[in-house]
Amino acid sequence: MLESLSDRLQNIFGGLRGKGKLTEDDINNAMREIRMALLEADVNFKVVKDFVARTKERCLEAEILDSLTPAQNVVKVVLDELTYLLGESDSKLEFSSRIPNVIMLVGLQGSGKTTAAAKLAYLLREQKHNPLLVACDVYRPAAADQLQTLGDEMGVRVYRGEGDNPIKIAKEGVQDAIDNLRDVVIIDTAGRLHVDEQMMQEAQNIKDAVQPENVLMVVDAMTGQDVVNVAAAFAEQVDFDGVIMSKMDGDARGGGALSIREVTGKPIKFISAGEKPDSLEEFHPDRMAKRILGMGDVVSLVESAAKLREEEIAEEQAERMMRAQLTLNDFLDINRQVRNMGGISKLVSALPGGDRALSQGQVDTSALDRMEVIIHSMTVEERNKPDILNGSRRARIAAGAGVTVSDVNQVLKQYNETKKMMKQYLPALTDEPVRGKKGKKGKKKKKRGMGMPGLPGGMSMKDLREIQRLMDEMN
Amino acid sequence: MFESIKQGMENTRTKFTEQMNILLDRGPRVDEEFWEGLEEALILSDVGAPAAFSIVERMRDTATRKALPDAYAVLDALTEEIAATFATSEVNVFDENPVLVLFVGINGAGKTTTVGKLASAGKRAGRKVLLGSADTFRAAAIEQLAEWAQRSEVDIVQRERGADPASVCYDTIERAEATGANFVLIDTAGRLHTSDDLMRELEKVVNVVRKRSQIPVRTVLVIDATTGQNGLNQARQFNSALDLDALIITKLDGTARGGIALAVSHELQLPIAMIGVGEGLMDLQVFNANEFASALISEELRGVTHEDAEA
Ligand SMILES: Nc1nc2c(ncn2[C@@H]2O[C@H](COP(=O)(O)OP(=O)(O)OP(=O)(O)O)[C@@H](O)[C@H]2O)c(=O)[nH]1
Ligand SMILES: [Mg+2]
Repeated sequence: MLESLSDRLQNIFGGLRGKGKLTEDDINNAMREIRMALLEADVNFKVVKDFVARTKERCLEAEILDSLTPAQNVVKVVLDELTYLLGESDSKLEFSSRIPNVIMLVGLQGSGKTTAAAKLAYLLREQKHNPLLVACDVYRPAAADQLQTLGDEMGVRVYRGEGDNPIKIAKEGVQDAIDNLRDVVIIDTAGRLHVDEQMMQEAQNIKDAVQPENVLMVVDAMTGQDVVNVAAAFAEQVDFDGVIMSKMDGDARGGGALSIREVTGKPIKFISAGEKPDSLEEFHPDRMAKRILGMGDVVSLVESAAKLREEEIAEEQAERMMRAQLTLNDFLDINRQVRNMGGISKLVSALPGGDRALSQGQVDTSALDRMEVIIHSMTVEERNKPDILNGSRRARIAAGAGVTVSDVNQVLKQYNETKKMMKQYLPALTDEPVRGKKGKKGKKKKKRGMGMPGLPGGMSMKDLREIQRLMDEMN
Repeated sequence: MFESIKQGMENTRTKFTEQMNILLDRGPRVDEEFWEGLEEALILSDVGAPAAFSIVERMRDTATRKALPDAYAVLDALTEEIAATFATSEVNVFDENPVLVLFVGINGAGKTTTVGKLASAGKRAGRKVLLGSADTFRAAAIEQLAEWAQRSEVDIVQRERGADPASVCYDTIERAEATGANFVLIDTAGRLHTSDDLMRELEKVVNVVRKRSQIPVRTVLVIDATTGQNGLNQARQFNSALDLDALIITKLDGTARGGIALAVSHELQLPIAMIGVGEGLMDLQVFNANEFASALISEELRGVTHEDAEA
């Protein structure tokens, strides 16, 4: 996400850090480079102008220039200003007490409204709502079919109505929600151009008819300079409440995300980053700003780990892990959890400097797959007692997995290191007590702290937040 | 075959002349403000900041060297220069006969709509049109294309959702050969250029088609005009995976200038075959480099000169 901008900014700061003392010239040069980096990232021209002016002014203040660590302070100012651009606080969906609540999606053609509508329904259902999708795009061929299919796949009811009057369909949709006891209505509307007066009026009419609590504009993260004209026109004519940034999983440079708030005053509420229905995330401006500056996003990582923590594993295994006796089967398990969290790249990219390491190819994202193939080529006995893996066994495994013996050795080395590390950290596990849970015989289940390679097994959420804080201070 | 729709661009041409007049109001001075305005106009049109800087640099040179008398002359020279930057081809891929064209691009770029419009244009031009629906991935993509086929009353090959896209292409080629279709258009599923799996899948599809088809195969990347600098990454990835033949720029009926098209066409030396200017059957035009170049810088420059006039 936003790697190339992130890369450029970090290079600029790297240059500044190399200098003990900063002169006005250094600041001016850095600001010129920042301006270029932002423009290249598709941040709107006018937003860039103001951003650079503000940042420069603050950086030239005596407290910064004459401080002991001027470069750090410059980074802090930029972080501040970036956070400001992205929106200073989280902006969640606000519901009213009305039942059903209505959410209406608007946006340009091809921005990803229909997909976003389905993902939003998925997310709301996770949050124990009971959503209804309403298909009000009566223009694009088969648009309603698309929503219907997506709804069917998730088991969410879809109202599609008849005829070609979107206002009527929207109203009927709300009634359908009442009749069928749904508490949230998500209205998918046709894509429209901000300069198409008739279509903009139509959006306004739908809005008047159903009085949505939330109107969300879906904006493609890859939009260029025009995002400003588009969003401003939508803000003026439909007056939306927040933004869903779509297609954030590409290598979009984030210009739209950085411009929209400044231009319209409307917050980004969600980002959509993936093809699966669960890939809509709430947006956190401060975390995003930190990521852009390469400071990592450990908090998000912890959150997805916490979700997994809900998962239960066999007591036997938990105990083995606690006694630092993990087997290669546990390794496979850890592997699966990493996958559940979005794969190794997601994990690494949440760590400070991670995005950078990824983009420079320093992280072998296929390592997990290879590891899995190798372990699968072992016998049960070998997996439980890796110590018996002698040279000839290793050669056999390598042949079976289609890798070299040194690949196999590598896996075993990692395994041994993880084991060692767990021994080191496990005493800290008392911080997060392992709660037992009575189960059927022999299949007792236990909850445990997360066990991820590279992250000490017994750390609690608190510890990780502390790490994040320390890292912030270092930066 | 597209002569008739060229007229649509007439609008843009008149508009540009109008803007020239406004510029004259301000006086034909070529001063620092003018150059800054020009640079801003170029950046706002999405050609990218480095390209904007270098174009303005070159124009400054040209203005001095050729002793261009006023802003008029500079804008003329600029339009020519920008127009010349676009890659060109002898024959538009859609004028080739017979031809099989694969449409590729990221999600929502306008692939299916463009296929629909081209089907209609081909039919009107008296060609034997066949559509292939190889987007077996997105929900209701097949129904969407089928509707377009029905609107223009052309033949379509389709399979169920989830079917192997390569085999849909295979079927399409067989049907084309059996029926003697000479204008074969295949829609593919939208995908982000960063998704390795999906790019590999597409590569496989394109290779199958190239190997199997007797009719010459062309691969066209569809780009949304509102796309920013990321469009260059898209185009690079699609080109290196598929070896593209041409570009189509859609949604130029909005306010987006589509400057990214300049960058892409120039860097990858790909001609722009068509532009999309609306959602209707007829909203498709042949690309004209001069008109595009004028439109690219016009609106914002008008803005700049307006502000100046008021000041
Ligand atoms: N205003 C305008 N809208 C367009 C144009 N071309 C396509 N669209 C609209 O853009 C949206 C997406 O178009 P599609 O043709 O479905 O795009 P696609 O690339 O096939 O999308 P996927 O198959 O989902 O990846 C639709 O709402 C079209 O009506 C154009 O030239 N102008
Ligand atoms: Mg399509």
